[in-house]
Amino acid sequence: MKVDTIMNKDQELKMLTTQEIKEIEKAISIVPYKKAACVEALKVVQEHRSYVSDESLKEVASYMDMSAEELDSVATFYNLIFRKPVGRHIILLCDSISCWVMGYENIKEQLTHKLNIGYGETTADGRFTLLPNPCLGTCDCAPALMIGKDLYRNLKVEELDEILKKYE
Amino acid sequence: MEKPLTQHIRKDGRPLSLKEYEQVGGYQSLRKIVKMSPQEVQNLVKESNLKGRGGAGFSTGLKWSFVPMNVPKPKYLVANADEMEPGTFKDRILLESTPHQLIEGMIIAAYAIQADESFVFLRWAYKTAAEAITLAIYEAQEAGYLGKNILGSGFDLHMHLHTGVGRYMCGEETALLNSLEGKRATPRAKPPFPQVSGLFGRPTIVNNVETFCCLPHIVNNGADWFKKLSLTKDAGTKLYGVSGKVKKPGAWELPMGVTLRELIEDHAGGMQDGLKFRGALPGGASTDFLVEEHLDVKMDFEGVAAAGSRLGTGTVVVLDDKTCPVGFVKNLEHFFAQESCGFCTPCREGLPWIEKILASIDNGDGRPEDIKLLEDHTKLLGPGNTFCALAPGAMEPLQSALKYFKEDFERHIREKGCHYEMEMATKALSQ
Repeated sequence: MKVDTIMNKDQELKMLTTQEIKEIEKAISIVPYKKAACVEALKVVQEHRSYVSDESLKEVASYMDMSAEELDSVATFYNLIFRKPVGRHIILLCDSISCWVMGYENIKEQLTHKLNIGYGETTADGRFTLLPNPCLGTCDCAPALMIGKDLYRNLKVEELDEILKKYE
Repeated sequence: MEKPLTQHIRKDGRPLSLKEYEQVGGYQSLRKIVKMSPQEVQNLVKESNLKGRGGAGFSTGLKWSFVPMNVPKPKYLVANADEMEPGTFKDRILLESTPHQLIEGMIIAAYAIQADESFVFLRWAYKTAAEAITLAIYEAQEAGYLGKNILGSGFDLHMHLHTGVGRYMCGEETALLNSLEGKRATPRAKPPFPQVSGLFGRPTIVNNVETFCCLPHIVNNGADWFKKLSLTKDAGTKLYGVSGKVKKPGAWELPMGVTLRELIEDHAGGMQDGLKFRGALPGGASTDFLVEEHLDVKMDFEGVAAAGSRLGTGTVVVLDDKTCPVGFVKNLEHFFAQESCGFCTPCREGLPWIEKILASIDNGDGRPEDIKLLEDHTKLLGPGNTFCALAPGAMEPLQSALKYFKEDFERHIREKGCHYEMEMATKALSQ
């Protein structure tokens, strides 16, 4: 009975895709032992699946010869490994000092109002997830935010609609 | 005025290709160093008095000299490109525009310590830089500047780009090494120092991006030339920056030792109309405020230290007279509380407590005894009481704000709220 249960659980585990394995193996090849590439492996899976679900975490852990708990202790340490579902586009709004001085709070207020979500939340249509982000390193052009790979600097409240429109 | 690090940056910001970089003298320094012994390269850098540009200001040549030379491979070299100090945006410029300059500097450093493996630890948010570095590493490999038997010297060096997944702690060199090993980025106990036992337990050097970028120029032009670039004892040029409510925020490569006044008034165009200078963090979030009496302080390691702060990263964040210093410090302490790795108790528990006290003062719920409580914390979380430098760094802006802007804290408590906000609201109503 007990054996059956374990086997069923194993069968439930989805497998890493060939492409994911290829990318993870590349990361493993430059470090002396497998486990050292676990952050890279988490990044690979997140890149393909948008976030690291409990199931994904188990798959990666099993592949990296780690316990799920050990891998989760690493995954949850980092700000940009997402352990919960996220929207199609991630908005990282810089909340650090230069942006704060230059009017971050206004931008935040408008953005949360327009999207009708707070930090850590995703819009009902799954389009955006809004997250605060420490200093984006573009302080001479504050305030700033990133959507996906795109950086927006010298933000003005009036520009927000135009920017958001680009992302479906 | 010479600007060796930034003179070849293209106006459109596009990174210099290998060919373009070679046309302006790129990689020439390697032809010189392969004729030198590693020890000679170390001595040259020591003589040049180059100090680390990441914030600590330690002699680069001296740091290298602790690496054991006659030990088996591998030895590691790491570029700390995890620029996450709030208010700091200098390395981004170098990474995006001249990635080959970083790689050339790293090859020199690797040769000096005889490292055969290297990593660029880049923060996640620097997407443009990641593309530029990936391409540049590939180009350098193709041209034989990286890989096996570089320029026929018998010296091998491999280079990899690692993009981080976001945590301020990764800027601390031992935490960075843990992160590269696939662990939580918590700091390590020292000793052993990374030079002896670093990445994967092997001898390792971690240097800042700007530090590496100085190296090709030191090799090409000599230690004396490098020293003469500076106005003071600390050698070289420095990539300074100014952000906040000044007319022209930006970054400039200037001789080491220009004054804070020159930075703010000449280069940043002075304060925005209607605003007065109140104070500034000279080198990122974890440095003590300088105020008006310090405007003529020379912005080098010694000068800023004598004024009671640190040069840090040399990127200045300006506080103006219409911005609330309590809110300013609350923003900083929120950052530090959030980014504490949680490994040691004073930092993990102390920083959120400080943030809460500051928030209550800012909201009008502060009590007179809170000021003493904050002052006590600046000592409890000060140097020697925590595992790494994060919490002591977090205390620098707080302790100096309590010193220079105490009246603002007291007035918030007395008037049960923020008088800057009140003034703004009154002004808005009257319009």
